[in-house]
Amino acid sequence: MALSYHLQVVNLLAALLLLISFAMLSQRRIVGLITLFAWQGAALAVSTSLVAWATGQHHLYYSAALTVLLKVIVMPWIFYRLVKELDVNRDVEPMINIPTTMLIGIVLVIFAFNLALPISALSGTVTRSTLGIAMATVLLAFLMMITRSKAIPQVIGFLAMENGLFFAATSATYGMPLVVELGVALDVLVGVFVLGIFFFQIRETFDSLDLKHMEKLKEK
Amino acid sequence: MEIYWVLGIPIAGGVFLALWGSRRNAPEINALVSMLTFLAAAMLTQRIIEQGPMMVGNGWFFIDSFNVFLVTLTAFVAFTTSLFSRPYMRIEKEHGRLNDKRLRLYHSSYQVFIAAMLLALTTNNMGILWVSMEAATLATVLLVSLYRTPASLEAAWKYFILCGVGIAQALFGTILLYFAAEKVLGSGGTALLWTQLNGVKAQLEPTVLQLAFVFLLVGYGTKVGLAPLHNWLPDAHAEGPTPVSAVLSGLLLNVALYAVMRCKVLVDGALHTDMAGNLMMGFGLLSVVVAAFLIKRQTDVKRMFAYSSIEHMGLITFTFGMGGAVASFAGLLHMTMHSLTKSAIFFAVGHATQKAGTQVMDGIRGLIKTNPTVGWGLMLGTVAILGVPPFGVFASEFLIITTAMHEHPWATPFLLTALGVAFAAIFGRVQPMVFGETELPRLPHMPALAPVFVHLGLVLMLGLFIPPYLAAWYRQAAQLLGG
Amino acid sequence: MSTGILLQIAQTLIAILLAPLLMGWVNQCRAWLQGRSAPSIAQPYRTLRKLFHKDAVIASNASPLFRFAPYMIFACMALAAGIVPTIANDLPFSPAADVIALVGIFALARAFQALAAMDIGTSFGTLGARREMLVSFLAEPALLMVFFTASLISHSTELSVIVATLAHRDFIIYPSMAFAAVAFWMVSTAENARIPIDNPATHLELTMIHEAMILEYSARHLALIEWAVAMKLFTYSALGIALFVPWGIAPQGDFSALPLALAAMIVKLGAGGAVLAFIETISAKVRLFRAPEFLGTAFLLAVLGMLTHFLLEV
Repeated sequence: MALSYHLQVVNLLAALLLLISFAMLSQRRIVGLITLFAWQGAALAVSTSLVAWATGQHHLYYSAALTVLLKVIVMPWIFYRLVKELDVNRDVEPMINIPTTMLIGIVLVIFAFNLALPISALSGTVTRSTLGIAMATVLLAFLMMITRSKAIPQVIGFLAMENGLFFAATSATYGMPLVVELGVALDVLVGVFVLGIFFFQIRETFDSLDLKHMEKLKEK
Repeated sequence: MEIYWVLGIPIAGGVFLALWGSRRNAPEINALVSMLTFLAAAMLTQRIIEQGPMMVGNGWFFIDSFNVFLVTLTAFVAFTTSLFSRPYMRIEKEHGRLNDKRLRLYHSSYQVFIAAMLLALTTNNMGILWVSMEAATLATVLLVSLYRTPASLEAAWKYFILCGVGIAQALFGTILLYFAAEKVLGSGGTALLWTQLNGVKAQLEPTVLQLAFVFLLVGYGTKVGLAPLHNWLPDAHAEGPTPVSAVLSGLLLNVALYAVMRCKVLVDGALHTDMAGNLMMGFGLLSVVVAAFLIKRQTDVKRMFAYSSIEHMGLITFTFGMGGAVASFAGLLHMTMHSLTKSAIFFAVGHATQKAGTQVMDGIRGLIKTNPTVGWGLMLGTVAILGVPPFGVFASEFLIITTAMHEHPWATPFLLTALGVAFAAIFGRVQPMVFGETELPRLPHMPALAPVFVHLGLVLMLGLFIPPYLAAWYRQAAQLLGG
Repeated sequence: MSTGILLQIAQTLIAILLAPLLMGWVNQCRAWLQGRSAPSIAQPYRTLRKLFHKDAVIASNASPLFRFAPYMIFACMALAAGIVPTIANDLPFSPAADVIALVGIFALARAFQALAAMDIGTSFGTLGARREMLVSFLAEPALLMVFFTASLISHSTELSVIVATLAHRDFIIYPSMAFAAVAFWMVSTAENARIPIDNPATHLELTMIHEAMILEYSARHLALIEWAVAMKLFTYSALGIALFVPWGIAPQGDFSALPLALAAMIVKLGAGGAVLAFIETISAKVRLFRAPEFLGTAFLLAVLGMLTHFLLEV
């Protein structure tokens, strides 16, 4: 059962998305992480446009445009500026070493693929097989969040998780209603702004964006 | 029609205060806006009582007895909190902990937060529900870190990240819900409308809804403060300014639980099993027990009462999980009582800590001598939240325990033990704070404690006598929840 | 049948003879990219001729293995070069071209190489042998995973069947092959001792892997080993082409497609060599203790490719 060409390319882009998630896990430099995040957004936007073209769901074009605007242009720009102005140390400093992280990542991918199978079976879209990849992206981003002790990589992990969720919505249901997507995008943007302000506050108080300074509030 | 006022006034207030919130009378403007919101909410309630549930704005908003009472409660507590915050924040400014710029942020975020909560309560669209829950969190992150101390920054960061991860799970749950709904209702905006979903809930795919509910419970449950996802709550509620703690504890937790309940109604209709209820009972019970046993170890008064919030929200979750007419009634009653009492306690605690200059309980003694009104307020509030009759919390807890004994006897020993442990711990801590020995003289000025006593008065009244229209209202809402 | 055998011999000879040319081409591209003037493309041939004319100098304590190893290595590489389909598919030797057997042939050559390196007993030899074994110990599973991914698509481990499936079916993009391609590139970098794992031009003790093993060889032995290295690169490139860009390889028994296949092979190898030179120019050699990480990543990518196959293509 050969799929039409644009859907094959969508599958390829989904694989690329997964590759980028792994690359983010193994990335050692913060600036590289931001670039990878921008590429993830770009792959997502191209994939969404292709699905829009192949299936005639025109509202997906707007989603793709929104993704490009926010996740490929605006947010990476904000992060680059934050890195420059906060004068962050450029290393990521993971808490578990990178080969172990990748191994845990593979286990999560297998888990995600298994989790997605029953839902994929029920879906009516042509892109349903990519739901497993979407869930894997979410779980890998989550892994990245919990194994990083610096503020910016944690936030990028959070945003990558949101990318994965967006991809899941597109692959399982041809995207959420446009108004919801707009709302989500707005939330994410406001979140990034709030975080930017927050980073400055953290930097002012702790002179560093290393979150190890912020582990004092434990159970006494 | 009224709904647009209810939402528009706080939004307009937020914008106005963002521009002009550094003025000297910003707290008064804040209180005025909150009062107008409350009046609009009261008018909306009046309309619903007369006409029954209604959809407004071409299906965008849906008001029935369940959320209208929460809307009124939210607007009311927001109003009284804004009254409390007027002198409180002024004194904070005098003490040097805040400046005009931060007060501007505080006042405008406060109004935006209220607007987001009211939007979450009244929207018919599950996607917009998610958006407004996240917006409410975002509006308060910078408020938690308002004092810029290391502890408050850490609390705000944990709040942001943990609630963010939680809300991402809820987003996935919403996507799954849309996925199931799309098959029956077709794609497009109508598939996420709660009223539509409620109509076709029997046709929704059970496996998908099961999975969706798990994600939604974990996601929104993080915001309710259910164990084991409660880590952010004590820090966030303790480190922010007291008015923020009051609205977070008293209001946001309710709204998150409201979101869970809306989903539960759909899932129950699709599954015809008790899975949703059992999950909620499990998480609720866990929260009650975990919180009760952690209360003893607290040294900070606001953290202690934050754990008490976790305990009570766990109790309410457990109650709603039990299901049935009486349980739902009890749950709704407890939601109201907890909101009013907890915010009253935070008001009193706020004044006490402000006077003493510390939040550590060992540093506060003999409030009854230095400041009788604060002392009595704290004592009565504590007694109320611990479930002592004739306050209203006793009535709801009584209903909950008896229903549990009737239907789920295995849970009753846990509940009773936990409630008892919490009682002993909190009472043991508050008693020296109020009646202990102190050499400090009586303080000159009277704090504005009207809100405390108004709340406590309401709780007392509702404990003794629930007006018939209120009872009917609760019963209607309970029926909606599957009672 | 006899034409088949002739074709087989021709393919093997072409592989053997063209391998040094590929090496020369890669060096020339590298020189162009680095802005210096390059030796001519035929330089490796001249080097080989020079080495064959010299007298071999062998340490007095060398065992017969030391003398035998270069011939063995050359023979293995020649066999490998012959059975990988470069211009024609399904030749008489191709039932031997099972991918697992191919990995085994490489392993055999490597074993002899390492043993010969340790034979004399100098520290450089042992050093090189141990490092080489570390790298290939990690690279082999990754290579096998890449092959398994290709086999899953074509339902066979025989290279001829794989090439036939991938080249002659309708053009379908296989995402799993995309992962496998990246993994294969990483593995072949490690196996062929190219940057970023090993620098073929270095003789620094800290950094050399492959060069350390062949320090003791001279004259014809060295010539055979250098030729074998070139053939290994050629074989790996041909393998990569056969797996990932197989269009142009003449199908079984179709002799009219041979000239096109030859031209296609030259073009693809040329492009591959240029890309290799480009990657070598822009990368830096990674430190040795990062090599396991590099290869671990390759392995994980190959596993990912397999998993993606099960998800997206079944």
